[in-house]
Amino acid sequence: MAVEAGARHHPSWLEGLDRSAPVWLLAAAALVLLILLPLGWLGYVSVSGERGLTLGHYARVFTDPRLQKALWNTLVLAFWSGLAAVMIGAPMAWLTARTDLPGARLIKSLVMASFVTPPFLGAFAWVMLAGPNAGYLNKLYRSLTGAEDPLVNIFTMTGLIFVVTLYTFPYVYIMIANTLGLIASDLEEAASILGANRLYVALTVTLPMVLPAILGGFILAVLQALALFGSPAILALPAGFHTITTQVWSLFQYPPKVEMAAAFSVPLLLSTALLLLVQKKLLGRRGYASVGGKGAQRRIIPLGPWRYPALLGCLAVLAAAVFLPYGILAKAAFSRAWAQPLTWDNFTLANWSFTFLYSSTQSAIVNTLERGVLTACVGAGLAALLAYVTTRQLIVGHQVLAFLTLAPVVIPGIVLAVALFIAYTRPPFLLYGTLWILFIAYLTKEMPVGYSQSDATFRGIHPELEEAGRILGAGRLRVLREITAPLAKSGIIATWCFVFIGVIRELSASIILFTPNTKVMSVVIFDLKEEGQFGAIAVLGLFMLVMTFGVVVLMQSLLGRDVMGGRASGASG
Amino acid sequence: MTALLLVPVVLGWVLLAVASAPLPAAAQDARLEAAKKEGKVVWYTSLALSSSEKVAKLFEQAYPGIKVEVHRTGSQRILQRVMQELQANIKIVDVIHTSDAGHYVLLKDKKLLLKYAPAGIERFPAAFKDKDGYHFGLRATVNVIAYNTKSVPAADAPRTWKDLLDPKWKGKLVTAHPGYSGVIATHVLALVNLYGWDYFKQLAQNRPMIVQSAVDPSGVVASGERPVAANGGDYTFYQVKKKGNPVEIVFPKEGVPLVVSPTAIAAFAPHANAAKLFTDFIFSRPVQQVLADSEGLYTGHPDVTYPSDQPKLSDLNILRVDPEELEKRNEEIKTRFVEFFGA
Repeated sequence: MAVEAGARHHPSWLEGLDRSAPVWLLAAAALVLLILLPLGWLGYVSVSGERGLTLGHYARVFTDPRLQKALWNTLVLAFWSGLAAVMIGAPMAWLTARTDLPGARLIKSLVMASFVTPPFLGAFAWVMLAGPNAGYLNKLYRSLTGAEDPLVNIFTMTGLIFVVTLYTFPYVYIMIANTLGLIASDLEEAASILGANRLYVALTVTLPMVLPAILGGFILAVLQALALFGSPAILALPAGFHTITTQVWSLFQYPPKVEMAAAFSVPLLLSTALLLLVQKKLLGRRGYASVGGKGAQRRIIPLGPWRYPALLGCLAVLAAAVFLPYGILAKAAFSRAWAQPLTWDNFTLANWSFTFLYSSTQSAIVNTLERGVLTACVGAGLAALLAYVTTRQLIVGHQVLAFLTLAPVVIPGIVLAVALFIAYTRPPFLLYGTLWILFIAYLTKEMPVGYSQSDATFRGIHPELEEAGRILGAGRLRVLREITAPLAKSGIIATWCFVFIGVIRELSASIILFTPNTKVMSVVIFDLKEEGQFGAIAVLGLFMLVMTFGVVVLMQSLLGRDVMGGRASGASG
Repeated sequence: MTALLLVPVVLGWVLLAVASAPLPAAAQDARLEAAKKEGKVVWYTSLALSSSEKVAKLFEQAYPGIKVEVHRTGSQRILQRVMQELQANIKIVDVIHTSDAGHYVLLKDKKLLLKYAPAGIERFPAAFKDKDGYHFGLRATVNVIAYNTKSVPAADAPRTWKDLLDPKWKGKLVTAHPGYSGVIATHVLALVNLYGWDYFKQLAQNRPMIVQSAVDPSGVVASGERPVAANGGDYTFYQVKKKGNPVEIVFPKEGVPLVVSPTAIAAFAPHANAAKLFTDFIFSRPVQQVLADSEGLYTGHPDVTYPSDQPKLSDLNILRVDPEELEKRNEEIKTRFVEFFGA
């Protein structure tokens, strides 16, 4: 009794401090290890010369014509694929969210499929589909038309933009579909009643309301395209051009020019940070009273004669993103010669045995699963803790904590990797060569996604329920255990799945940070790509897709709803 | 399949080879025990993955209980890995095998190699031996031109390296990359010595497709993605041809750049005994014969016989490069290539 009474008489600020201190210490330590130390080193190395500090590396980055070219290529790629992603993602979001498009649910799931497809696998599949001479589609086109020239050449900037768009438009789609889901249709109806036709309504009422989401989606897509490594490595290098990411990676060749890589990474980091700032401004300015209303009535717009053409359009996009690539991967996995038709003579299971007997593959699968599970568990746990603390405003400065957790979203994978490489190949933390450095990279990269997921989860659980529990006499921990945790369970599992999927497909950081003992599947696929082992890549790629979809199915069944309903906020390369 | 059929034969040979090795039996047993205790050997190799895997499986069958960890990537990437890991004080690699002889000049210079002469190496020709005894040529290949016989009639096929500069090959060529492959770095230096950098400047005008590994052009030509390969190890073309692909090999008149790919044990090898056992094994007649028979490689072993459909190395007009020069000009080769070809 005495103890309890004593505890009650603590001053309130001390109580707040008690709770805050361990959380803040943990957060600060994580922040230093995950972000500040690596980025500090990155910045330092980028200005360190043999004799003291220098801006020479930056001068070279901006004056060397080859490096300039890589910068320019990246801008072109990011801008056009961002734009194209909006052109595809926005109409599809509107069609599935607001119209009587047949098969809208199916379209949604297929967009999800394209969302989780590793972009480098898509790029690789498109080499087999649209290589100018051996590409399946070009062969088909030639035999149908008798033409000499190919229909498409995937080894061009246009080809690269096309493939990058196929796997970034889902980001735009999700963002806009979510916004459309929040806009009540009363304004649109009012306009209709006043005599405006549907197109006019869409353009003058709906469009302005979703414009911030469209711009936000555009920026998110641009961020994705900026950070990609695999697709340009597969499509741009054979055509003889670099992007920033492939250039940074090639600066690691012996003799390594890590200072140059650092100096090249910093502009990329600054531009992503700037873009995200703009996006925040755009989305943060929710001046539209109609956006944000919950449970508002939404009227389904009949498409009339346009129903089937619209469906066809959506399916065409999804064929390019999902059906064709998956099909060609499956074919290559069972072919002796990938460019030949799959006849009985060309059929083989050798790719499968070859791939799985290869000693690197086996350990890579183990490594990938290990890192995936570990990062997902720690990430989901940490994200849940942070989201709980911030949504319930349990500690002083919870907004800062939320901001810090979301901050790594601006760090492209390859920049993070360069920074971690520099920071952890020297004392006191010699982590390079261990799986821990990959764990740190993955955790940092996935934290923003994980946190947004958890944040949504805890916002969805009304504090009233917890308060009721408290009023009835349960302690905070008991409430957490018996009320909050059961309600948050499915959301936390969803976070786990998102992080896991993000980790097993990660290439751009892994490619810098791996050592032979810590190879992961994506790196093995990239190695095989460099040797042109199409059959083996197809096998490993399919294996990776099966793992991914296994997790997606698990997630869907646990949640019993569309996963796409969640928010997509993380940018990850 | 061929690999499996070879197993009993090879095992017989191995027993013979081991029995005839110079080490006294007791020392041999002791080393075998030590190697078994180490349990594995880590092999960084630039030999085509399927060939490397085949060699590894043969070793594992001959020495049950000792695993070979194959890490196959391009020669330049191997050097990058070795140096990068060393800088971070990470010791993983036991046996280093690349196709860039210049690497061994550098590695020896930095005292990163262990002095070890594999059993029977004294009978190999001088070109396969380091005079100081640190590294030895495991295999050799020559750079060749190859074309897809479905898209290019034999009469139109390029016959010389200079033929490739003809604008009619614009958009039809594929080249591998000296920044990845040692075979190609050697090739580039040989042709630069022959024709100067101007040759590659002009070749770049024909906008070849750029792949990384010297193994890859064979696949690109076989698939028909590009009809003509401007370089690549002849053994890779030999293999795809054997598999029934419409590929023909041309040995250009000006000469073919010879690539002897050395192998050495790292001075800091964590599994030094297994590494020695493995090195002896890969220089033994049976393994060298497998490299010649099923992989189409040339070797330094005097007793190895070659398939009848392959020209003798002595019949070819060979272009040689000096490893010291290759080491000195390594960076120039990479930078200028990228300057001309864009990536």
